Amino acid sequence: MQTKNVMIVGVGGQGSLLASKLLGRLLVDEGYDVKVSEVHGMSQRGGSVVTYVRFGDRVYSPVIEDGEADYIVSFEKIESARYVSKLRKGGTVIVNTQQIDPMPVIIGAADYPDTVIDEMKSKGIHVDDIDALQLANVAGSAKACNIVLMGRLAGYFDIPYERWVDAIKKCVKPQFVELNERAFELGFNHQ
Amino acid sequence: MKELLIGNAAVARGLYEAGCSVISSYPGTPSTEITEEFAKYSDVYCEWAPNEKVAMEAAFGASLSGRRSACCMKHVGLNVAADPLFTMSYTGVNAGMVICVADDPGMHSSQNEQDSRHYAIAAKVPMLEPSDSSEALAYAKLGFEISESFDTPVLLKMCTRVAHSQSIVEIGERVEIKKEYTKNPQKYIMAPANALRRHPFVEERTKALTEYAECSGINRVEQGNGSYPFGIITSSTSYQYVKEVFGDSVSVLKLGMVNPLPVKMIRDFKDMVGKVYVIEELDPIIENHCKALGIKVEGKNRFSLLGEFSQSTIKQVFDRYEGPTYALDTEIPTRPPMMCAGCPHRGLFYVLSKNKLTVLGDIGCYTLGSMPPLSALDMTLCMGASVSGIHGFNIAGQGDTEKNTVCVIGDSTFMHSGITGLVNIAYNRSNSTVIILDNSITGMTGHQQNPTTGYNIKGDPAGKVDLEQLCRSIGIESVRVVDPYDLKECETVLKEELEKPCPSVIISRRPCVLLKYVKPRKPLFINAEKCKSCRRCMKFGCPAISYRDDHAVIDPTLCVGCEVCQQLCAFGAIESEGE
Repeated sequence: MQTKNVMIVGVGGQGSLLASKLLGRLLVDEGYDVKVSEVHGMSQRGGSVVTYVRFGDRVYSPVIEDGEADYIVSFEKIESARYVSKLRKGGTVIVNTQQIDPMPVIIGAADYPDTVIDEMKSKGIHVDDIDALQLANVAGSAKACNIVLMGRLAGYFDIPYERWVDAIKKCVKPQFVELNERAFELGFNHQ
Repeated sequence: MKELLIGNAAVARGLYEAGCSVISSYPGTPSTEITEEFAKYSDVYCEWAPNEKVAMEAAFGASLSGRRSACCMKHVGLNVAADPLFTMSYTGVNAGMVICVADDPGMHSSQNEQDSRHYAIAAKVPMLEPSDSSEALAYAKLGFEISESFDTPVLLKMCTRVAHSQSIVEIGERVEIKKEYTKNPQKYIMAPANALRRHPFVEERTKALTEYAECSGINRVEQGNGSYPFGIITSSTSYQYVKEVFGDSVSVLKLGMVNPLPVKMIRDFKDMVGKVYVIEELDPIIENHCKALGIKVEGKNRFSLLGEFSQSTIKQVFDRYEGPTYALDTEIPTRPPMMCAGCPHRGLFYVLSKNKLTVLGDIGCYTLGSMPPLSALDMTLCMGASVSGIHGFNIAGQGDTEKNTVCVIGDSTFMHSGITGLVNIAYNRSNSTVIILDNSITGMTGHQQNPTTGYNIKGDPAGKVDLEQLCRSIGIESVRVVDPYDLKECETVLKEELEKPCPSVIISRRPCVLLKYVKPRKPLFINAEKCKSCRRCMKFGCPAISYRDDHAVIDPTLCVGCEVCQQLCAFGAIESEGE
């Protein structure tokens, strides 16, 4: 199988580490060679964060470069657009429509580009936009946004639903399993 | 058992399986998780030391005593620990000792891009360089074998991409190792007479290690299928990028030991493939080795000295890069890291910025005080340099600078190497004002305990350095404590201390808002009717405050109710629930 590439992008503190942990766990259990790459430290302080997940028969590089991503899962609206050069022709962008202002916008040095989703669509990109924050709140916590989006991503994979749920059980503390299962289901089934 | 581990966790596992019993480290991205992961094992000893030099010497002591030991640090930490390293090369070890050092090409979280391989060459100690988690685990174990067989400390070199990438490893069993300690002054007392006799040993050891590099299998040739009229010498994460681009079609000399480098193996490889490319991040270490042997190679004439590589880097050089598929016309604003909502540093930096002071800074979260809108810093160099630097700045200022200059340093950084700078201020009497930003944790590297917090790496109660007493005992007469959430108090104390004709320390004390025991208060909100759209609160740079529909708004999911912005609003428009 040719290597598949998933990028998880967002704002430091949004929980992308749990999302990549879940995905990594699932893909190892499915028998793939897997590499997951993330950067810790300075970039976590509310900065733009990116995680690469690659899987296949044999994976060498841990990073995803221009034109290589099959999926970009974005936890924030404009972060999807920041990394769109990484998308493969015919790839899919799953984007949470939540807006988090970066510092240049907060201090008035730049405007928040509200129209990026429309622009991506106008370029022929398959964009799956979803209000994951609202669904996470329905599930019981705004923090479950990450798992709502993993549920959305699961719809594009051929891996059975129960296997994802198994991976959730392995990755979160027992008291949070139910919440995260709910969040996953809402993302998966959202029309 | 197969596990998906980041490189650092794999190193920790390898050290553990090899019977490592003592680790002493100072945190530093991207090395921190090695020590944190090791601390999770119950049957070993693990600690945060005040700095890397202390850590390395503690690990050396453990080796001398007969237990396999390690210490871990980022690349710049090795500068601090260079002193013991160079002479440990002479003494060698008793039980094995591994020093893990993590470089940060691309400077994700560092102040420079130095290449640690220079230290291995300069100190004449072997250096292993894994290219993924599986090798990280294997090389950590191998490091102890080499250390004991060749009587040397061993450097294990990581880089951000190997340290923080997860790949699959096979978990094994731990072995227990204990050596006897026997007094041996000729080996362990490095006074000139003994050191003179140890130096020839070091040179002979390098010869023996070079032989090991040729024959042991740590370096290997992967024969290609002949599709390309050249071969590639590479190591570390660059090896992965080479394989990503060329698969098995090109011949590769993959180096697992980067000091000392093999000679015959490289000559034979050159004879086999004809043309040779050397692909290595940062400095041309392998390339210069080849050139010194008179072997012509392509290297930094084609590849950058700067930053991280990737598969694209290699594709570009070999004309196989296709570039991005999609590009948008809209410019996306940058999203730099920033101080968190409720960060105690922000209030103090607001006061420094408002008073237009010259601020010599240091290494930690508070380096973010340099970012707009506060833009409060003038200098950041290395750990501790703020305190040493302000002394020289004020001495040279001859009275013109001392009333409008301060330095800022965090609690952990002050323990690391701020104390000696403060001793210099007290001893040589410069009228300097030192601000210790005491947030009761080592913040930037992800919340490690330190000697001022009262807890050890496992979270158990430990010794606690009293900062006020320490400063006074050094000879600083004026030591004040302020709450950075109280802007008025900060400003008053700051002005008083700057006026005093003596050295002073201000401790700005409030725990990091991300600490679990710090309970957020109810979020504040903006009363839209009272908000006059003056944007004064936006000058504070709090990520919870933004500007929508002509007035300020507070994001209730980010606000922790610190109430500092309330002190800024002249119209009382920022309200607490229940007002």
